[in-house]
Amino acid sequence: MKALGSSIFSRLVIIVPYVWLLLFFLIPFVIVFRISLSTTAIAQPPYEPVFSLADGLSGIIDNIRQLSFDNFVWLTEDALYFNAYLSSIKIAGISTLLTLLIAYPIAYGMAQAPRTWRPTLLMLVILPFWTSFLIRVYAWIAILKPEGLLNQSLLSIGVISEPLIILNTNWAIYIGIVYSYLPFMILPIYSALEKMDHSLIEAAQDLGCPPMTAFWKITFPLSLAGVVAGCMLVFIPAVGEFVIPDLLGGSQTLMIGKTLWNEFNSNRDWPVSAAVATVLLLILVVPIVFFQNMQAKADEKGR
Amino acid sequence: MKSLGNIRRSFAPWADPQSKPFISFRNITKKFGDFTAVDNLTLDIYHREFFALLGASGCGKSTLLRMLAGFERPTSGEIILDGQDIAAIPPYKRPVNMMFQSYALFPHMTVESNIGFGLRQDGMPKAEIAERVQQMLKLVKLEQFAKRKPQQLSGGQRQRVALARSLAKRPKVLLLDEPLGALDKKLREETQFELMDLQQQLGLTFVVVTHDQEEAMTMADRIAVMSHGKVVQVATPAEIYEAPNSRFVADFIGDVNILEGSVKAAGNGRVELSGGDFTVRAVSDAAPAIGTSAAFAIRPEKLKVSRTAPADPAVNTSEGEIWDIAYLGDMTVFHVKLPSGKVVKTSMLNAQREVENPIGYDEKVWVSFAETAGVVLRD
Repeated sequence: MKALGSSIFSRLVIIVPYVWLLLFFLIPFVIVFRISLSTTAIAQPPYEPVFSLADGLSGIIDNIRQLSFDNFVWLTEDALYFNAYLSSIKIAGISTLLTLLIAYPIAYGMAQAPRTWRPTLLMLVILPFWTSFLIRVYAWIAILKPEGLLNQSLLSIGVISEPLIILNTNWAIYIGIVYSYLPFMILPIYSALEKMDHSLIEAAQDLGCPPMTAFWKITFPLSLAGVVAGCMLVFIPAVGEFVIPDLLGGSQTLMIGKTLWNEFNSNRDWPVSAAVATVLLLILVVPIVFFQNMQAKADEKGR
Repeated sequence: MKSLGNIRRSFAPWADPQSKPFISFRNITKKFGDFTAVDNLTLDIYHREFFALLGASGCGKSTLLRMLAGFERPTSGEIILDGQDIAAIPPYKRPVNMMFQSYALFPHMTVESNIGFGLRQDGMPKAEIAERVQQMLKLVKLEQFAKRKPQQLSGGQRQRVALARSLAKRPKVLLLDEPLGALDKKLREETQFELMDLQQQLGLTFVVVTHDQEEAMTMADRIAVMSHGKVVQVATPAEIYEAPNSRFVADFIGDVNILEGSVKAAGNGRVELSGGDFTVRAVSDAAPAIGTSAAFAIRPEKLKVSRTAPADPAVNTSEGEIWDIAYLGDMTVFHVKLPSGKVVKTSMLNAQREVENPIGYDEKVWVSFAETAGVVLRD
């Protein structure tokens, strides 16, 4: 009886995440995908066909016949979408790289800091989360605008003679993304570095590695799992980012999140925006699968 | 105990004033903030010696080893290795290698590339590296594990990989930090003898740090017993055991009974103490002043327990009562309560398989020892 009870319990434990994924990921995705196959209509909801049990089986079959991939074909016909995807991936890629370059030294410094300091340093990293994300992005407008804090300080100390135009350029988006996502890069790298046995570095030095070589041969490879996790945590949301390009980027900035927003709200074209979202998801599946692979390999190593 | 070959028996460069030390610590002090880990220490280690630094944790032995490896810089003093002051040389340029207590094997590399790591750093040609790695794998009998990752090995195998890696560069000195600490007892004993064989075979100087006195006694040519950053005694295992120079060393190495008394006579290589349960008459070069208090240290196996009084019951003999008995198989340990209430520990080898009429609890016995059985402690 005991064995039966525990087997039911262990099954339940396994089922919970699957139910979660089914309810909050698969079903919403199926709904989005189904809308992407519809056509726009001036109605409530603004697409057709609308499935209803009242139509009976023949009605549902009739409705299914009306679904088509036209919206996906449309995405390939208008270069706007392709360019928006490309530019999103480029911006997200550059931002991820910049975030990594800034986050790694910070994470390394934290892992090297005296043990008693580490909780404080960790708290400082997550401290910005205590303020709303939107407010923090708005604050960057005040800093970056031509008559903003940054330009005023640089002008007053005489580094520049006329204000830098940063706001409403891609640079402002890079700054915004790097700033907003930095903790997501720092934390996994820190956790990888913090676990590392310091005697490995001493062993490398003992065997003839100068400190820099020891870093590249030992520390960096061993923190790679953290680096990959951090990059995924920054890159994936950055590709679909809407708020930062909308507030900090210029009107000419093309990012898929903004395009999606426009299709959905301004054009009220739910089917096309659903198609845009579906393609975005498929694009992001590639790095996620890559990440999964890395994790599996790391687990293999850990055993 | 250690089986000494002919070569080994004559190996005593420390006794020869002509021989030059290979490693010299000269007035080394190391402070961490207010804490003095190593305190004005001077110590010589000779070429091809198996040298053990022995002490409780926090006595400064690991700090001393880490200074030799280059991970810590001495606050003052100099370290001479093979005629060269190495204090300013960074660890990656020193001709010494270390085997770490945690083994510190690189988890992302195979056994092979772990062992070859130091050779690759030196830019040795690939073919030579492969050959040397093979040689090392053979030395530690791990040929079939070359492609494994450290996580896929047992504790004993990891220890061998760590050893092979630290030997691969053929260092002038091999430093071993608690090399057998993580192994179980049986494996540890086997490995001790393997390490000794290896050291003789390769003709290297080994410096080992350990808190395990048995390990130090088994392997080392000489032992430095350390306490509070200072060397208390440097001597061969036999000298350390038979002639400890202080109460600390006597107590730290093995079991000991300390008999207190006041000096009644001293001189001509003899000392007489009285005042305790025993009147101690001992052969000793120590010449304490008459009337001062002194201590006599004697090992349990050198105390004899008998039912009948010895020939001269006045000297080195006391009556007593069996208080506790522990039968250990190879020997039996008796705790004997003396008239003053002091309990001494004695041990008797069970040379016969069967004891007809063994000494039992509460039995009245005589405890005695020979004049040369113990040492008079000077402190």
